Amino acid sequence: MAKPRIATTSLAGCFGCHMSVLDIDERILKLAELVDFDKSPINDIKRFSADCAVGLIEGGCCNDENVEILRAFRKRCKVLVAVGECALMGGLPAMRNGVPLKECLREAYLDGPSVVDGLIPADAELPLLLDQVYPCNEVVKIDYYLPGCPPSADLIWEALVALLTGNDADLPYELIKYD
Amino acid sequence: MMTSEKITFYIDEIECTATQGQSILEAADENGVYIPRLCHQPDLLPGGSCRVCTVSANGRNQAACTTPVANDMIIENGSEEILDLRRAVIEMLFIEGNHYCPMCERSGNCELQAIAYRLKILAPRFPFMFPSRKLDATHPGIFIDGNRCIQCGRCVRAAQQIDKKPILGFIGRGGAVRIKASSTEGLKGVDISPDDACVKACPVGAIIVKDTAYRKPIGERMFDKQPIGSEIEARRTS
Repeated sequence: MAKPRIATTSLAGCFGCHMSVLDIDERILKLAELVDFDKSPINDIKRFSADCAVGLIEGGCCNDENVEILRAFRKRCKVLVAVGECALMGGLPAMRNGVPLKECLREAYLDGPSVVDGLIPADAELPLLLDQVYPCNEVVKIDYYLPGCPPSADLIWEALVALLTGNDADLPYELIKYD
Repeated sequence: MMTSEKITFYIDEIECTATQGQSILEAADENGVYIPRLCHQPDLLPGGSCRVCTVSANGRNQAACTTPVANDMIIENGSEEILDLRRAVIEMLFIEGNHYCPMCERSGNCELQAIAYRLKILAPRFPFMFPSRKLDATHPGIFIDGNRCIQCGRCVRAAQQIDKKPILGFIGRGGAVRIKASSTEGLKGVDISPDDACVKACPVGAIIVKDTAYRKPIGERMFDKQPIGSEIEARRTS
């Protein structure tokens, strides 16, 4: 039987959660025995090659590209896991939610103290910013949540093994942290 | 005297003893049974507002901090129904404020976060509200961040009852209720110091003394290894 496939992506995140995935250390060899990696920044595969068993989502949605990728993940992955505070609740990027987008752009690109000849980027190649940063579950259905900034490697490992083996995850007190 | 009369009651089938007149929460504490709570502080009069300490007492849901314990009372503290109700209350507190744990200096020492850890909340079931809240940074040594305030009122009661100066109060009503310093100038205009009980009473990161953050590394903070309430449960000799 073919191994289950796993895909990962970083939306409006800092790649810290992906670093935490790599932080499972030598267990990554065991993971490679359990799964095949599909679209992921870890292997630099840009497009889905098949439907996946598990999709790990880092980061919330701050622009239209994030939304498009997240919807593609929902379509191609049987189980979607929101990994980290940004995917869960917007995280650091969501701090802009209390400030109108126009003001954010003006402060960053026009009025900021270090800005010289400011210009708000408007190239058609750039993804369009959303009015605010959205947690993933406000865009698509999310099946599981792993909190943390980043979630510890042990939490990610426990959850992945539970998902792939169909067992309940054993999550001791020390593993559930929001920072 | 009625007040010294010993009574017997049961929490999750554990036989406990109490003195007539004690609240369920006080009596549970003495018997080494932890009931989660946020707006309650032992040296303050009970507030009864957060409802985190809700237990089922003789089949009715009651706030343990304001309900007197009674003889032969049957209390449910750890049933799945009660735990889920508490989870819902804690989740609502998370979504109705702006609780960014990764960038809060109280993280690891925060009672709201610690109760969420203890209840194993992975994510709230409700949508985030991202409210627009004010910051009072007028004072040189202390600030109030409304984004992280859960309106438990511990600071307001501590100012009145311990510090004996009503320098903090509630303004607004219902969902718009906020903590505010009793001066048009904000915190700068009131007599407040980092040693005041009202400053120390804050269970979350809403009232912060400047230059005190991040003194303990991750792993050594109050709730990193031991769940909140462990010290109460340690009183219980089985």
